[in-house]
Amino acid sequence: MTPVAVMVGANRVVSAAGIIHPLGSADLSPEDEKALRRRIVEQALQALRTEVAKPTVFGRE
Amino acid sequence: MAAETLRVVCYLNQFFGQLGGEDKAGVGPQVVDGAIGAARAVQQALGDAGTVVATVICGDNYAAEQAERATAELVALVAAARPDLLVAGPAFLAGRYGVACGALCAAAQAELKIPTVTGMHAENPGVELYRRQVYVVQTGAEATRMLPEVQRLVALGLKLARGEAIGAPAAHGYFARGVTRNIVAGANAADRAVAMLLDKLAGRAFTTEVPRPAFPPVAAPRLVKTLAGATIALVTDGGLVPRGNPDGIEALNATRYGAYSIEGKSSLDAAQYDNPHRGYDTTWVKQDPHRLVPVDVARELEQSGAIGKLHETVYSTVGVATTLAQSARMGREIAEKLRAAGVDAVILTST
Repeated sequence: MTPVAVMVGANRVVSAAGIIHPLGSADLSPEDEKALRRRIVEQALQALRTEVAKPTVFGRE
Repeated sequence: MAAETLRVVCYLNQFFGQLGGEDKAGVGPQVVDGAIGAARAVQQALGDAGTVVATVICGDNYAAEQAERATAELVALVAAARPDLLVAGPAFLAGRYGVACGALCAAAQAELKIPTVTGMHAENPGVELYRRQVYVVQTGAEATRMLPEVQRLVALGLKLARGEAIGAPAAHGYFARGVTRNIVAGANAADRAVAMLLDKLAGRAFTTEVPRPAFPPVAAPRLVKTLAGATIALVTDGGLVPRGNPDGIEALNATRYGAYSIEGKSSLDAAQYDNPHRGYDTTWVKQDPHRLVPVDVARELEQSGAIGKLHETVYSTVGVATTLAQSARMGREIAEKLRAAGVDAVILTST
């Protein structure tokens, strides 16, 4: 859904793990799932520290 | 050739294609001979003018999460049915579905050189993404008047398939494609502008010739503090609520949001939470609310000093078929409360 977030004008968009579980994945072990979540949150923090002039997607893609 | 009726292919999501609800939103592209589900309304609207030779169906999540692959697979299925016209949707206010309809129509036009038409509500994100490339007929928010809506899609589709001239957006009920055509107006611009102003002053209806963009740009704020000194709040439109949904947040078209304390919590106990969101399959976020609101990881980052503080209130609402006006109001109210509480930045998790 990142194209939608960009289209409506969200300035800092982080690509996450999917609609039904944006910050996790039932396919991973609990440890790996938490590590995935941590990576996405850290990516969000990195995005917050980054100056942007227009809607920008961080992370995958 | 004249004796052959027009070959039409319909595109539907898993719901309108009668595969199932959110439990089937992950299914990949598939094709069924003839018209099934909502495609029957297309056949009814076509009458003798054409035949729905195939219905192509794809789950909303499959289409949204791997958009490029889904579109390529769908185009191949459409191509195999050798249509003269593709009718996608209508998607009404369903966002994933609308985006998928727009993407498929755009790709089919470009790669198969066939006319396409789809239909959506004005606030479906698919409208802004695709109205310049694709004829998107304006529909209501819900499928309560399926046949009359489909009749308007089919009427425009038939004109396109027959190569007939297409009139102005208002004449056919489609969203303006940003195409400028020279016409001879009955009055010059000054006269028209004054007439419009007089209508406006008198409170009469008038139609602008230069509509404003739907989504004005929002200036990107700068985080002035370092992360280690900043207070970060978690907000979600994915529907996290305490068990019992004390604020009665609606399952769709929400007008309410909740403020939920996480004070003293290093993680969220799934047994204490619920999720009324009816826009996606909430099974996995109910199993583990951190898959939606990452309190566990955020607490660890707070303890390690990576962030200054995690705000002790999580704001939550349900973002599905929510009107732009309600979303903007709730966003503004939540932002005001966060600012008053000294929050420096927000991580908003969305589904």
